[in-house]
Amino acid sequence: MTLIRYQTSELAPWSAVDRWNNLRDELNSFFELPVWSSFARAGQLFNGWSPALDLCQSNDNVIAVVELPGMRKDDIKISLHEGTLTISGERKRESSSNGEKAERTERYIGTFRRSIALPTRVDANKVSATYRDGILTVTLPKAEEVKPKQIQVS
Amino acid sequence: MNTLTRENRDGDRAQTEQFVVPPASVIEAGDGYTLEVEMPGVTKDGLDISVENNELTIIGRRSLPVVEGTLIHHESRPENFRRTFELDPSIDAKKISVRIEQGLATLILPKAEHRQAAQDHRFLSFV
Repeated sequence: MTLIRYQTSELAPWSAVDRWNNLRDELNSFFELPVWSSFARAGQLFNGWSPALDLCQSNDNVIAVVELPGMRKDDIKISLHEGTLTISGERKRESSSNGEKAERTERYIGTFRRSIALPTRVDANKVSATYRDGILTVTLPKAEEVKPKQIQVS
Repeated sequence: MNTLTRENRDGDRAQTEQFVVPPASVIEAGDGYTLEVEMPGVTKDGLDISVENNELTIIGRRSLPVVEGTLIHHESRPENFRRTFELDPSIDAKKISVRIEQGLATLILPKAEHRQAAQDHRFLSFV
């Protein structure tokens, strides 16, 4: 089987942004890793898939929207640690029968990991997530003490 | 807004609407090909597949979730997806079937039965 990385010209202007995002994520995850105890993992640091991630903020919630086409719900992991949201998982190859041959592979198969620092404190117990049409939406309610409050003049 | 983005058959629709080229994979089996195209945010209703002059065009119109609040970090692109593939002459265009699950469109492209024996044909390159 051959793997061909394919970059179309229409996507080219974005690659710089992607690379920057990748680099930032890699740096983030680098500092989270117990690198010195598991040196072998360092080899995986600069490969992989970096799904597009949007972050929104409203009065009550912080919402992360991640594009993860063709995953199984059970293969997505979401974790929250010290104000950093991490979404990771693994996209598995569909079980293939005999005689199948990949002619061209642009879709990334394997593990991915995205981390983003949240802008405010959130209530970790009330985080919810939905996965629909290949888009993961994580809703993180803000912690009570950081929500904007109206104070009445008495 | 809808009229602006509507597909214009007689002309330069590329100028009226911008598309993103989605990543795709082709898997060959003995009796046909499987084409997988990544289109997050596209449902069955947003898929538009056409075959013309041996070219398969797949368009995916996104129905993105409406998110409250202000965007503070943005990486996704709002454009719809479009990609064109040149079809191998052995493919029976009438029997192409498609399904979409979690933003991954899977097209089954069966070979016409009388062509199955021909080994010299290949699914041709992406346009």
